[in-house]
Amino acid sequence: MIEIRETPLDVAEVTQAVTTPTAGGIDVFVGTVRNETRGKKVVRLEFEAYEKMALSEMEKILIRAREKWPIEKCAIVHRVGTLLPPDIAVVIAVSTPHRVASFEACRFIIDTLKETVPIWKKEIFEDGAEWVSAHP
Amino acid sequence: MKVKVLLFGIARDIAGGAQQDVELDTGANVDALKKKLTGMFPRFNDLKSLMIAVNNEYAHGSTVLSESDEVAIIPPVSGG
Repeated sequence: MIEIRETPLDVAEVTQAVTTPTAGGIDVFVGTVRNETRGKKVVRLEFEAYEKMALSEMEKILIRAREKWPIEKCAIVHRVGTLLPPDIAVVIAVSTPHRVASFEACRFIIDTLKETVPIWKKEIFEDGAEWVSAHP
Repeated sequence: MKVKVLLFGIARDIAGGAQQDVELDTGANVDALKKKLTGMFPRFNDLKSLMIAVNNEYAHGSTVLSESDEVAIIPPVSGG
C-alpha cells in the first residue's frame, strides 16, 4: 500500500493493511503536525507532492527495506494539502515475523522518505511563511 | 531545443509559476540546465540543494536532455 491522499489519514486502516497471520510484530510510525517550530506558533502546514515521482520513490524505499529485513507487509500513506496541528501527515506500517526488524525497517522507511521523496511542506506562522529545510 | 521544466515548492515560488520553458542547445545535459536556471533565477543558488528529475528519476549532471523528457526541479524535500 503506497498512497498520497488529500483526505485525513486513518492509522487503523493502514495498520490493518499490513496485518497478516505470519507476522509477530507491527511497527507503526505516525507523523503529525506540531504546533510550533523554534518557538514560533505554527498555524498550519501546506504539503505538496510531485505525485508520480513521490510514489515511485516510496516504492524504491520499500524495495530497499525488503532487501534488508524480512518484511511481510508494509505501507506508506502520505497526506497532502492543508493540515492543522495535530493532523496526521504520514503513516508508515511494517509487519515482520519478529519485532526488532519491524522497528528498524519502519525507522529506515521514514528516515529515507524525508531524504528522497519529493514532497514539500510550507509552515504558515502568524506573521509569515517558510518552506521547511529549503535553505542552509 | 525547448525543455519544459516543472517546478515545486520554493522553486515554484522563486520562478513565479509551476512550469517554465527553458531554451537549451540540442544535446544539453542536466548541468547545463541547472546553470541556465540559476542564471534566470539567482535565488536558486541560496537553496540547500537543487536536484533535477528526468522522467521521474533523480538525474546526474551528465544526463542528456531531450524535448520529450519530463523535467522537474526538486528543491530540498521536506515530507514526513
